[in-house]
Amino acid sequence: MKNIKELENIVQQVRRDILRMVHANNSGHPGGSLGCAEFLTALYFRIMKHNTAFKMDGIGEDLFFLSNGHISPVFYSVLSRIGYFDIKELSSFRKINSRLQGHPTPYEGLEGVRMASGSLGQGLSVSIGAAITKKLNNDPNIVYTLHGDGELQEGQVWEALMYASANKVDNLIVTIDYNKKQIDGSLEDVLTIGNLSKKLEAFDWIVLEEKNGNNIASVIDILELAISKTKKQKPVAIILHTEMGNGVDFMMGTHKWHGSAPNDDQLEIALSQNTETLGDY
Amino acid sequence: MEHKDTRSGFGAGLTELGRTNNNVVALCADLTGSLKMDEFKKENPSRFLQIGIAEANMMSIAAGLTIGGKIPFTGTFANFSTGRVYDQIRQSIAYSNKNVKICASHAGLTLGEDGATHQILEDIGLMKMLPNMVVINTCDYNQTKAATIAISNHVGPVYLRFGRPKVPNFTDNNQIFKIGEAINMKEGTDVSIFATGHLVWESLVAAEELTKFGISAEVINIHTIKPLDTKTILDSIRKTKCAVTAEEHMLNGGLGDSIAQYLSTTLPTPIEMIGVNDTFGESGTPRDLMIKYGLSSDNIIESARKVISRK
Repeated sequence: MKNIKELENIVQQVRRDILRMVHANNSGHPGGSLGCAEFLTALYFRIMKHNTAFKMDGIGEDLFFLSNGHISPVFYSVLSRIGYFDIKELSSFRKINSRLQGHPTPYEGLEGVRMASGSLGQGLSVSIGAAITKKLNNDPNIVYTLHGDGELQEGQVWEALMYASANKVDNLIVTIDYNKKQIDGSLEDVLTIGNLSKKLEAFDWIVLEEKNGNNIASVIDILELAISKTKKQKPVAIILHTEMGNGVDFMMGTHKWHGSAPNDDQLEIALSQNTETLGDY
Repeated sequence: MEHKDTRSGFGAGLTELGRTNNNVVALCADLTGSLKMDEFKKENPSRFLQIGIAEANMMSIAAGLTIGGKIPFTGTFANFSTGRVYDQIRQSIAYSNKNVKICASHAGLTLGEDGATHQILEDIGLMKMLPNMVVINTCDYNQTKAATIAISNHVGPVYLRFGRPKVPNFTDNNQIFKIGEAINMKEGTDVSIFATGHLVWESLVAAEELTKFGISAEVINIHTIKPLDTKTILDSIRKTKCAVTAEEHMLNGGLGDSIAQYLSTTLPTPIEMIGVNDTFGESGTPRDLMIKYGLSSDNIIESARKVISRK
């Protein structure tokens, strides 16, 4: 098992991957990707029981679904760094004839991706389906998902929240990337989601909250707590406070890097704040 | 002639699948009775998911259920099976290539009195435009039952369209349904009538009437709109040299549109098309609606005579 220092090194390399992938195309979504680097690293390198010899059916292993598909750079980086595919393939991100599409898809046969996402609001329903199949198969493993907070403005999410608790889908851990920002500005300005914790509780979910979503030890702790809350007749949600653009000083505290790539000079500054730990792709 | 509804054929097929295939799971959005899914629900409570009135959630849950080997069959009206949930189908089912069977009842005008809000006439077009999607429109009870069973053996997304009213049940009750293989219902030499769904029966009635005018019409049941059985179509056209297409659907995007696209690039042929011409439906009895919107056997007869004169 990797210790915290080793995991932090992975996170730093993942941040470099994200920045370099997005810069190379002058397109992609660095902000949310950087904010979720700790979460995805913790999930894949520490928490989930999963097999990099990828099988679409995922029988006998934990599953993860990325609902906010636009943060594909962090997803691709973590999948390759743990061995689903060669890290060299990260250089094909968003290029013609690539398996690393702008938004993740199984259509191009990329190992580690079981469902297309990008059009928001569908991942929770998908994960409920996968969790129910696990129950029907007597497969005791857990289904994990990640969602943007802005994504909760999609009505389908609330259909799914209602369904999961009513039907006791309790082998499911849903994490909401609570960075309080979206493309057009702050959540507060665009369409507030109000008191999220109370709303989820009103939908009869077990709700956990972690204020330090960019501290890998805290992320591991909250995920382990969440696991201990599964199989208790209720679905489990984690409100994970993160910082959009985390790890790059000029990308933090603003929504402007949601979907914008750094230029050459900005990349250099950003990379200087995140030195190589495992070797660039 | 026995009259039965095609949706009951779906229900019977699903019941049989429930008994023979443990991986089949059924989902419904508060229309269990209308979709004739009660028997499956009763016999397989753990494999029946009542989703409530939340079709978007239903489609995406179905996509997720496939991961781990289940074969989900969703059931609701055709309108709520397609137009309402197009993006969910597009991203989570077609683009993700998931083994989901979208089973859609109450398609077309023959839904009747509920009116245009529920009478979708665009669903074949919406579904056939999606890569990976198989599109089937069955003609009677027996064929719908056989198709329901057959699609469980096809790996990949399928759209199965059927209807509400009781219509003649004229195909064999022991038939084996083969996806993508059109069926020659009546051989003829003067005109090919390519029909799908409820219009297959109307075409057979029309063909019988046409003999009175000395016209020998061939009637082909195109139950699978995608993939289209181009070989059977071409073989028939080489013989008759003209075609009538007939469907309970919008002309834009329907079966006729697919056949015209194929023939115009392969063997340009005079074609007349029976379908709804760029308008919404309305309330009324199924029969009154079929007559008002030009989908009856009389319209097929008229089109056949016209297209023969254009040869």
